[in-house]
Amino acid sequence: MRRTLFALILIGLVVAALGIYLTRPRLDGPQVLDGLTGDAAAGALVFTAAGCASCHMAEGATGDDKLVLTGGQRFPSPFGTFTAPNISMDPEHGIGGWRALDLWNALHHGTSPEGQHLYPAFPYASYVRMTPQQVVDLHAYIRTLPADPTPSTPHDLGFPFNIRASLGGWKLLYLRAGWVMDGDLTPEETRGRVIVEALAHCAECHSPRDPLGGSKTGADWLTGAPNPAGRGTFPDLTPPELDWSTGDLVEYFTSGFTPEYDSAGGHMAHVVDNLAALPETDRTAVAAYLKRLPLTE
Amino acid sequence: MPKFRAPLLSLAGAAVAIAVFAGPGAAQDVPAAVKARQSQMQLYAFNLGTLGAMAKGEAEYDAEAAQGAADNLVALTSLAAGPMWAPGTDDMSIDGTRTLATMWDNFPDVMAKGTALAEAAGGMAAAAGTDLASLQAAMGPLGGACSACHKAYRAPE
Ligand code: HEC
Ligand code: HEC
Ligand code: HEC
Repeated sequence: MRRTLFALILIGLVVAALGIYLTRPRLDGPQVLDGLTGDAAAGALVFTAAGCASCHMAEGATGDDKLVLTGGQRFPSPFGTFTAPNISMDPEHGIGGWRALDLWNALHHGTSPEGQHLYPAFPYASYVRMTPQQVVDLHAYIRTLPADPTPSTPHDLGFPFNIRASLGGWKLLYLRAGWVMDGDLTPEETRGRVIVEALAHCAECHSPRDPLGGSKTGADWLTGAPNPAGRGTFPDLTPPELDWSTGDLVEYFTSGFTPEYDSAGGHMAHVVDNLAALPETDRTAVAAYLKRLPLTE
Repeated sequence: MPKFRAPLLSLAGAAVAIAVFAGPGAAQDVPAAVKARQSQMQLYAFNLGTLGAMAKGEAEYDAEAAQGAADNLVALTSLAAGPMWAPGTDDMSIDGTRTLATMWDNFPDVMAKGTALAEAAGGMAAAAGTDLASLQAAMGPLGGACSACHKAYRAPE
């Protein structure tokens, strides 16, 4: 198993190397955001639903400190340990100097303003589905957050994963702006899809991954996965494993109580904090989306 | 406080009874302290079941039953905790528990989380008998208080 996995990874890297030109980091020009103005209040909701603070706040931050996006939390993965960078408004150590367009290119193409590939531990494979308006709103909002001068810590990745150029191949394979659930959706399910697939990146945890770390879609979508951090699993969100009623789901997203009145733990507790801060209609929308699972191929 | 004395004593009794008589089998060599604290947690969950069913609209709102469940939660938060969290009963030392050893290294923080739960339970006790909307609004803070401690001190399954 280990062997095949390694071979697959190697093949992937060779393909990536051949395709360096094809897979160079992509950057859009200013026309994508033409004519849009940011609304910080709308951006606050995008920020909350997308869980930016859950990863970019300092470890264990609570209350208002969650909005100081100093970075430093560590995320173990099969490829090494990633450390979230400082994305506060500090012009030197954070992203105080970033324009809305820079944020768009990071969220939509996984490309930094210097034209480098970003690692998909930053869940742009989900954020790629954000609209230009959502990104402009988000930018207007994060500009209102504090600056913090803590320098970012480098990731701790083994060779060859420490080579950013190899990520172009990964993007070619997995970076898709389309929706995973398609077909006729009600307006409520459609709103749920925005939250589940684009913002709250549920699949980054709840979908199994293939050996190159891409989320599996189709019938595997949201069917659960082992936790790369070791203990615990990300539960299957499809029936029959998850047979909670709509009311059970909405209660879980509001207070964190399961139908047995145990409470959400682990990373899900952050997700619940975020969902609980959204309008009630958004939580029912997420429940409506989950009720449409499983997907067939 | 005197108001809670009677239910408190009977609940403490119930917790001990459950701990002592908890089923045979795999759990047999689990220390009584672990069974007792898990029973306390189960009693939280049981009383929350009454409130949650009303919050979700699965059960009709009943001010008296809601008040009773909320008062039980308050009483449960005031059980003397020390003996139930005996040192050496963490998940690295024994089987049958999900309590992390860090719980014993961060006593002030554990106390703060316990106090936060007592406050949230008090909030529920003030709200539950008023009306359904107040009860529903008090569920979130309560869930947050339970979850904050689980996030910090309970190992994943
Ligand atoms: C699951 C954790 C996670 C979430 C959620 C997350 N990020 Fe990140 N983010 C990261 C990691 C890890 C990196 C580092 C990627 C790299 O070095 O290539 C990163 C990098 C970035 C960068 C690039 C910083 C730089 O200096 O190049 C920006 C900007 C950013 N994130 C913004 C956001 C925003 C805005 C959100 C919410 C919409 C968000 N992140 C949500 C983990 C996360
Ligand atoms: C950062 C990882 C992560 C993300 C993102 C995430 N979850 Fe979870 N989720 C978990 C973990 C871990 C658990 C198990 C929680 C526990 O053990 O208490 C969980 C549990 C759940 C459960 C309870 C399932 C059960 O059987 O107990 C539901 C429902 C759920 N998540 C839905 C979602 C939805 C919907 C989203 C997106 C809005 C989401 N999750 C995003 C990690 C995540
Ligand atoms: C001060 C910390 C703390 C608070 C507050 C707390 N818990 Fe717990 N809870 C724990 C720990 C630690 C465990 C693991 C116990 C063990 O296995 O030894 C646990 C376990 C549980 C369990 C599983 C019990 C079993 O049978 O194994 C349930 C259910 C539970 N808690 C519910 C709740 C509810 C509901 C609340 C809020 C009303 C709550 N807890 C508040 C720390 C806490």
